[in-house]
Amino acid sequence: MSTPEQLIICEHCDCVYQKALLAKHQKTVCTRCGGVLQRHNGLTVEQRLALSFTAAVLWLFANFYPVMSISLQGLKNSATLWDSVLALSQGPITFMAMVAAISIIIAPAFQLMLLIWVLGFALTARRSPAFKLCMRWLETLRPWSMLEVCLLGAMVAVFKLAGMLDVLPGIGLLALAVLSLLMIRIAGRDIRDLWDMP
Amino acid sequence: MSRPPTASELDLCLCHSCGLACDMHDEPHQCPRCDAPLHRRKTNSLGRTWAYLLAALAFYVPANVLPVMNTMMLGSGADSTIMSGVLEFWEHGAWDIALIIFIASIAVPGVKFVALSMLLITVQRGSTWAQQQRSKLYRFVELIGYWSMLDVLVVALVAALVKFQSLGDIEPRPGILFFGLVVVFTMLSAMSFDPRMIWDTPPDKELMDDPIQQ
Repeated sequence: MSTPEQLIICEHCDCVYQKALLAKHQKTVCTRCGGVLQRHNGLTVEQRLALSFTAAVLWLFANFYPVMSISLQGLKNSATLWDSVLALSQGPITFMAMVAAISIIIAPAFQLMLLIWVLGFALTARRSPAFKLCMRWLETLRPWSMLEVCLLGAMVAVFKLAGMLDVLPGIGLLALAVLSLLMIRIAGRDIRDLWDMP
Repeated sequence: MSRPPTASELDLCLCHSCGLACDMHDEPHQCPRCDAPLHRRKTNSLGRTWAYLLAALAFYVPANVLPVMNTMMLGSGADSTIMSGVLEFWEHGAWDIALIIFIASIAVPGVKFVALSMLLITVQRGSTWAQQQRSKLYRFVELIGYWSMLDVLVVALVAALVKFQSLGDIEPRPGILFFGLVVVFTMLSAMSFDPRMIWDTPPDKELMDDPIQQ
């Protein structure tokens, strides 16, 4: 029998297959339940690391520049992501502020730090210190990182407010848009490929 | 078409963290590659999924009844619930945004309640009905799960922006807390469900009770 590294188990129905080599745009699908087993990813370690740095810069822009600003009869106000977390922290609903902070600020930040850490070492074909811990945290964080939801939320907020006052999307919104798309590409499950390195 | 062998037939176990096919010959407790705990099936999956689902269902009521935000404009204040927000967009002719909020905030949690209960009940009955479609349904539930967070984030942003004291002020209201809890609990519920149980027919008590950990 082949070694465990060459086998792949369908996480949806427990069927066992041999790993296949995929070409561009190809994926393998479980014959029993139809779940995706493997998906081709065209990114090399270098490209992935470069994109992670890009994403880290965009994260800074998304967090330190206002997502949007509004004006009402000469009065102006703008809000960053952190401001919106703070807006939830008042009163009995503080718990939601924590959930929001994790899903739109903290989880993506940790994902990016971990990615840069493990990929930086992978560049020299080494495993980073605490590699196992980092990889497991990347798995744990993924479902709680909700930047793309935040992006849609910001766009809905623009429309919600546009009826009563003037709304101006800020640099933060643009950064958020690009960042959320980048995160889908670089922090997805195919990061597991790093385990196959010697 | 004959189906491929399953992991339990080959005495293998999938590591949930790194995806390695682990050899269960010597009953290891941890994945040899990433040290994550190994389970043939998610621990106590049915019980946990039901518990999270019922908790979410309980919060679903105040989430929809209580106001999620308060809009003060020139001295006159008004509370709005999730549904009244949708209706407001609809009446102003912004049917597309009304639809987005309606789908994300009301339809998605509703679909999750129905879909997860259906999956749980069919698994408990050891049903072999539409296994492939039910597998697909579970993946769909997992995919749409976190989009319900939309309303929480919209309220947060809007409340952070509109801060003009007497001229205009928007504040979040407790409804948004319950709404967020619905989202978190339905996400936890979907994560606790083990889709492999759909294919364990008849139900394999030994696998569900997880002999490795206990």
